[in-house]
This record gives sequence, structure tokens and C-alpha cells, in this order.
Amino acid sequence: MSVRRLDPNQPESFEFDDENIAWSKTLIARYPDDKQQSAVIPLLWRAQEQIGGWITEPAIRKVADMLDMAYIRVLEIATFYTMFQLSPIGRKAHIQVCGTTPCMLRGSEDLVKICKKNIAATPHTLSGDGDFSWEEVECLGACTNAPMVQVGKDVYEDLDEASFEAVLDAFARGEKPAPGPQNGRQFSAPLGEPTSLTDPALYDGEPAKKAATDQGSDHDEGET
Amino acid sequence: MLKDKDRIFKNLYGLHDWGLEGARRRGAWDGTKKFLEMGRDGIIEEVKNSGLRGRGGAGFPTGLKWSFMPRESDGRPHYLVVNADESEPGTCKDREIMRHDPHLLIEGCLLAGFAMGANTAYIYLRGEFIHERERLQAAVDEAYEAGLIGKNNIHGHDFDVYLHHGAGAYICGEETALLESLEGKKGQPRLKPPFPANCGLYGAPTTVNNVESIAVVPDIMRRGATWFSSIGRPNNSGTKLFCISGHVERPCNVEEEMGIPLRTLLEKHCGGVRGGWDNLLAVIPGGSSVPCIPAMECGDLPMDFDTLVKHKSGLGTAAVIVMDKSTDIIRAIARLSYFYKHESCGQCTPCREGTGWMWRVLTRMAEGRAQKREIDMLFEVTKQVEGHTICALGDAAAWPVQGLIRHFRHVIEARIDEYAGNPDPDGAVTEPAEQPPASPPASPVAAE
Repeated sequence: MSVRRLDPNQPESFEFDDENIAWSKTLIARYPDDKQQSAVIPLLWRAQEQIGGWITEPAIRKVADMLDMAYIRVLEIATFYTMFQLSPIGRKAHIQVCGTTPCMLRGSEDLVKICKKNIAATPHTLSGDGDFSWEEVECLGACTNAPMVQVGKDVYEDLDEASFEAVLDAFARGEKPAPGPQNGRQFSAPLGEPTSLTDPALYDGEPAKKAATDQGSDHDEGET
Repeated sequence: MLKDKDRIFKNLYGLHDWGLEGARRRGAWDGTKKFLEMGRDGIIEEVKNSGLRGRGGAGFPTGLKWSFMPRESDGRPHYLVVNADESEPGTCKDREIMRHDPHLLIEGCLLAGFAMGANTAYIYLRGEFIHERERLQAAVDEAYEAGLIGKNNIHGHDFDVYLHHGAGAYICGEETALLESLEGKKGQPRLKPPFPANCGLYGAPTTVNNVESIAVVPDIMRRGATWFSSIGRPNNSGTKLFCISGHVERPCNVEEEMGIPLRTLLEKHCGGVRGGWDNLLAVIPGGSSVPCIPAMECGDLPMDFDTLVKHKSGLGTAAVIVMDKSTDIIRAIARLSYFYKHESCGQCTPCREGTGWMWRVLTRMAEGRAQKREIDMLFEVTKQVEGHTICALGDAAAWPVQGLIRHFRHVIEARIDEYAGNPDPDGAVTEPAEQPPASPPASPVAAE
């Protein structure tokens, strides 16, 4: 278990914007009548996105009112699930470094050192200019591409110290570095010559797509 | 060695079109209506005959699981819930299915849902898989548009597929915790019985299956149960996605036959262990929850459920974590203990308190700052956590530690000796591992 508390500095109020209100109606319709509580995690997630990366107490109350839930039940959700950030995050990037054993074996501790050096000595702390923050998270499910970090929606995989610093520098310049493996590899295929799925008969005329472009193409798609 | 033509996930590496058209050219959605015409029993029988065992870790026969759903509805709807909350350290196979071959999963949902009389499927993805969720949603939208699923679809079985996501809780991969989370609560596992097949999501009959278990079903139906069961070994049939991470030259995901020898798997697809086979220290063969296996047992080890259980480990999710001799095995396992401490839901005392206790002791042991008798005490504590909790997270936290003590006790002892022989350079007295007994009565010896 991890002990998590709301930030002491909270804004006055929270309202969903019109787009999110319309979206919330279609969301709630996915669940049976009287089971609107199911929508609590997606709604909180939308609230976090709208606020700019963290969950405020007024947002918790708002979501509870929308779903006809007791405030404490939504507070429980916000503190139980660790993807809900309870204090403000860096404006340009919040770096989530995977530190679990498969990533640790391939050098995630070096990435954490870089975060401590370049961002802040402790996790969940804003850097001096407020642009960055970092935390060590548990397995993010890209173990064959270890070590990796997640920034917002995107994952940066197959990092080493140099490529990680390059990613951080790009964010610092206000750019968005290309996500995915940073060593030129095709997703989770072995680096170099393929060892399987080489028989052209499997694809009878289906054109192969250029490597590593399709993850880049859907950045601008809306959140589902 | 699996031939390319026998592979199910032909777009594992995302080199081809993930969309409906591309999936169709690779064979998806071919003859689906014909399979539905076989009836519920026909599908369940075929899946049973294929010998498919659940790919989420426990290896329970999938067809048998489906047959536990009530024959007739008593007025409550039936639900299929797909567990895409892939968070087991080492495992990253479902992610590839969802982003590169999503239509196999959607078609599998229709077949499985039909076989258990369900008209609704919820796919519960872990919150971190945001691009995967967008991709899968796009594929679901395509399937709706083409009339493959939805109301009055071309298959004649009304079927809705909804995506739902969590927000970063490993425990939600446990099926009843997943249902709690899907109902909008904290993900704390439920006591069983009642089992989900009787009383699951919203109190209705529910079956929870792993993504890979569902996504292989269409190919089993198309190519036949005999084809699937002819691959692999008896009672451990079919193909399996292996995720190989850690100290290999080229870590990767790959689909292989069940029972492939570990060394073949690593050398064929991953370029072998870093620094050569003799540099291998240990592997964790099935995700972080199973005990590690030392190098001497690894050579021809067939990677299947039954063999690995004989080696006091398990196939789990087939996530092979390779550790070479540069690994500090105590720290590696201690990091896993931290993971379980972090992810324990806090419901059952043995797990909530035990996971933290195990982590703290292992952290000391990694430095050597411990007593040798504590090794036995630690083992004893793992035995008290194992089997005494509502869900299997307690077991999963205990097993890696047991594996460490079983195979690497000498490493722990050597570390303790090393520390004792090289006390703190500043000459500081570190705190004792346990409180010493109350001050002994003054003895005549002391008086001398």
C-alpha cells in the first residue's frame, strides 16, 4: 500500500468543460441503469487531464455529485489508484520512470539518478522552474523494451543515459520527442534481424508498413 | 520450433496494417458466422478439445471455465470481461495484441461471449495503456461500422464491446478486484465463493478471461482443435507469447510453441544470455510472481505449465526475466518485494503487513545487515503470508522470496559474513536486528 494524501493547497472550484460534459453522458450510457458509479475512474481521469495533470478536491466532489456517490467513495478511488496525481506536476513533463526488476536489471537506476540530478532530489517535487517533476513507478508493461519512462500518454523505451538526457532536453526546449523505442528498434521485435514472421506467404500481398511510424501517427487522436 | 505458418499473431511487431482490412487479409473475421452456427456447446467443446489453458497466469482450462456459466439466463444478463490489466512485472504481451492485432481480440470476444450467452463484453485495460486503448477503440469502432458486432450484426448475435480502464493498480488484474474496479470501487478482491460465474459483475454471471486466451480462440476455431493441440506437449498445448526481458542480448516478445526448451528460446530469438550461456545466474520463468530457477536447472527446461511446477516455479504469463552473473540477486528480489508492498490493496493483514516486512528484511539482507537466523525467519513469514489471504497477491509476494532462499541462501549468508567482517567504516554500531534480551543477571564471570 502507498499512503497518499490530497495536496494542502486546493483551488476553489472545478467544472468540466462542455466537451467533457457531453463525453461523460456517452460514457455513463455504456453501463447499465443505476450502475453509473462504474464511470468514476474514467471521469476522474478526464478531470485530471483537464486540470493539467492532477486531481483537486473540488474535482473529487464534482465527480461524486455527477455520479450520485458519497464524497468519501470518490476520495477513496483518487487515493487508491496511483495514476491519479494528488499534487501539481511539471508543466512540460512529468517523468514516470519504471523501476521494477526487469527495468532495474537494464539500468533504470541510472535514469532515476538523472532525474534526481536534473529535476529534483525527491520524487513528486517540481523542478526549480516548475517545468518538470518525476516519480518512480511500478511496472508499466513494456519489459522487453526496458528501461523505459512514461510521459503523459507516451512511452520512451530502450533508453540509456544519453538517450534519456536527449528526451529530457527535447521536453525542456518545449518539443515533443518521438515516442517508442529510442534505439531504432521495431516495437518489441528483437533488435536486428527478425527471427520470426519472415514468411511472406503469411501476408499474401499485404504491403508492409514502414517501421515505427504508426505509433507516431495517432498522437492527436482524442482520448477514448 | 514453431513454423511461421502456425503463428497466430502475425502482426506481433506492428509491421502490417492493424485495421480491419489488414486483419481480414491475415484471416481474421473469416467464417465467424459458421462457428456461431455450431452453437454454444460446439464452441465450448472445440475450445476444450484444443487444450487451451488460460494465458493469464493460472493456466486454468479455458473451455471448462466457460462451461461454468449458467445454461439458461435467470433474467440476469451474462457478461464477458476481458482482463487487459497487464501489470505483472516482465509481462508485455497483451499490449502487442491490443495495438497490433486488435481484431483477433474483438472476434474472440464475440465467439467467447456467444459461447457463454453474453451480449456484452467489457475489456478492462490498465490505465497506462493509453495509446493501446485508443487503437483498440478504433478497431472496435471499425467492427461496429462493418456490422461485425453491435445490434443486428451480420452474425445474428447482438453483442456490444465496451472499453474500460483502470488507473494504475496491479491488484486489479485479480479477477474479482477487476470486477470491483469496473463497478467503480477500490480494487479489493472479493471472497470466493460465490465465483464470478454465479455472481460477478453487477451481481450477474460473469467470466473473466485474459486477452491472449480470448485472442487465440478465433484461430482455434478456424484451424481446428486438433491443430492447436498438436503443438506443444500433452496437457500444455498450443502456442504462447513469450516476453523475454533482462540480461539477454536482444530482449523481445515472440510467439513460440509451449514446452520450447528455455535455452533454445533464448538463443534462437534473443541472441542468448549476455556474455554467453555460462554467464547465466537465474531466470524468473513466468513473471515476477513465480520463484526463480537457478542456471543449473535451466538448460533443457521445457517452458510449460506442468514442467515448471515440478521445478517449484511456474509458467505464469511466460514472462522470462533473465539474470546474468552481474546481478545482485538479493536486490533484484528485494525490488520485487517492494513492488508487492506498493501494490498490496491493504485488505488482508498478512499481505498488507507481510509484504512490507519482507521488503524491509530483504533490503537489510541485500546489505548484509542481518542475522543468519533471520533467513529462516523470513522463510517462515513467507509461509505465513502464503495461502492466508483472500487473493493470490499474498502468494505472489511470498514465492519470489521463497525461491531466493531456496536457491541462493549461500549468497545471503556470504553477504552477511562479508558485512560482519567489514563493519561500518566509521566504526558506528548498527542497530541489532532484534531487541536483545533483558540485561542478564550479573554473573561471577563478569565480576572478574
